[in-house]
Amino acid sequence: MARRADRSPALPDKSSFPYVLTAAFAVTFALALRTAQVDPRLLFDRQALTNITRFVRGALPPRIDAEFLAMLVRPAVETVQISVMGMVIAIAIGLPLGLLATSSLTWRGVLHERITGVGRRVLAFVPYGTSRALLSVLRSIPEYVWAFMFVRAVGLGPFPGILAIGVAYGGMLGKVYSEILESVDPQPLEALHASGAGKSGIVLYGLFPEALPHLISYTLYRWECAIRASAIMGFVGAGGLGQQIELSMRMFQFHEVITLLGVLLVLVGAVDLISGRIRAQVVG
Amino acid sequence: MYELGDVRKGFADGSVGLDGVSLTIGRGEHVAFIGPSGSGKTTLFRILNLTLRPTSGSLRLDGVNVAGFSGPDLRRARRRIGTIYQRQNLVGRLRVVHNVLAGNLGRWSTLAALRSLARPKDIDAALHALAQVGIPEKLYARTDELSGGQQQRVAIARVLIQDPDAILADEPVSSVDPTLAVTIVTLLRDISSESRKTLLMSLHSVELALTYFPRIVGVRDGRIHFDLSPDKVHADMLEDLYAGQRDEQREIGAMRRGVSPFGKACRPLPGFTR
Repeated sequence: MARRADRSPALPDKSSFPYVLTAAFAVTFALALRTAQVDPRLLFDRQALTNITRFVRGALPPRIDAEFLAMLVRPAVETVQISVMGMVIAIAIGLPLGLLATSSLTWRGVLHERITGVGRRVLAFVPYGTSRALLSVLRSIPEYVWAFMFVRAVGLGPFPGILAIGVAYGGMLGKVYSEILESVDPQPLEALHASGAGKSGIVLYGLFPEALPHLISYTLYRWECAIRASAIMGFVGAGGLGQQIELSMRMFQFHEVITLLGVLLVLVGAVDLISGRIRAQVVG
Repeated sequence: MYELGDVRKGFADGSVGLDGVSLTIGRGEHVAFIGPSGSGKTTLFRILNLTLRPTSGSLRLDGVNVAGFSGPDLRRARRRIGTIYQRQNLVGRLRVVHNVLAGNLGRWSTLAALRSLARPKDIDAALHALAQVGIPEKLYARTDELSGGQQQRVAIARVLIQDPDAILADEPVSSVDPTLAVTIVTLLRDISSESRKTLLMSLHSVELALTYFPRIVGVRDGRIHFDLSPDKVHADMLEDLYAGQRDEQREIGAMRRGVSPFGKACRPLPGFTR
């Protein structure tokens, strides 16, 4: 690549961005300190201490009689089911949208060097831009709000919880999938492309194999989050352990709440264990 | 096979890749491209394998102007050209068999490609291709566990499965030691001769080019400097081609004194003592 004219390379423009960012952070922090009423002393005043003591006293010892534990089996299983079904829907939404939102696959980079002309570039950009916009709408609405809306739509029970996780996590998975896929080394893809392979061939024999450990790892992490989320969503009537936690909280039965949180901890721990096994299999 | 008429390529940043290249390459011909780095060899190869579209000029493949091809026509034309890169450009996490069979992707449907990942289709063909490059025992090895030289052989086996009319090798031996370089250059040459494929190779080493190729094209500043048989290439022309390039000047100086990094694998060259 011969230069048209020999000139010394220009000094890269000094960016003012880091300074602006630092100043913005300082201002935000100062304002937050005032307006968000950050005051640690509140934790230690008389009223707060009395309340905390009452809560801890009420929570101990945790309720672990057989009758109560037997009653928890169903909501615990339901929580796992909500998270698994929700993740299935999330992958079904996130994977295709994530592929469309991968710029190296849809409109720029080595696979698109023959796309010249503004019209054709714009045309290639449309599915990419649309899927990115859709993904950000899906994930910027919290799963809690989704659950609230789905409960209104399909009634109480685990199903609205599943839908909420599927939609909100579909948005997150799609975004992160596209970022993982964009970071794959493009040179092996260029080789496949040059031999006449189509997009599907490049995805199957280049993108997916290279990105698989990261894709699986992130999906498993999201599954762990889904367990926790499905517990929270019970608060709005979407089934699972959350519904039970909400009930016990409202009745001031803190010794039940502690047991329920313990069950949640065990579930998250179990998921973490299983994820670790799967990850070791794939990455090894 | 190839006919280039005044091919030019400019890039968005204003730099010029090719500045008017005209070239005719016959079917089954073996041609080596030499020249300093940044001379436009890689740009030329990427235009020849239809990755880049020339800014202007005509690019004929067996008489058909393919410069403006797109869509299915483009894919069909690409299928007829196999490329080997300096970095092997294989998918490290896949087994060798899948990397080799990926040469079929220009022909396979999505479903066939997916099925072959579960149960490799055409194992015999893959095994045969690997035997031709000398590593049949690596069929089920994971690709990133192979050495650099073995990976370059896998890349060649993939091109064999693709079965193109022309093989383009862009600096295929720049990152391997001299002995292996000779082995890979001769392997590519023999395989191309056997199946009467056109072989275009860009080389860092002038000596390898002059020893193993009947036609040498010197490229500099995006233009063709000379296009001659090796016995007509003189030391002065090479010094001119590599003017200002210290490493290559040193190689040419060593060749003048009869010193070869490749030992007996390279014959003494005309105009050079040995």
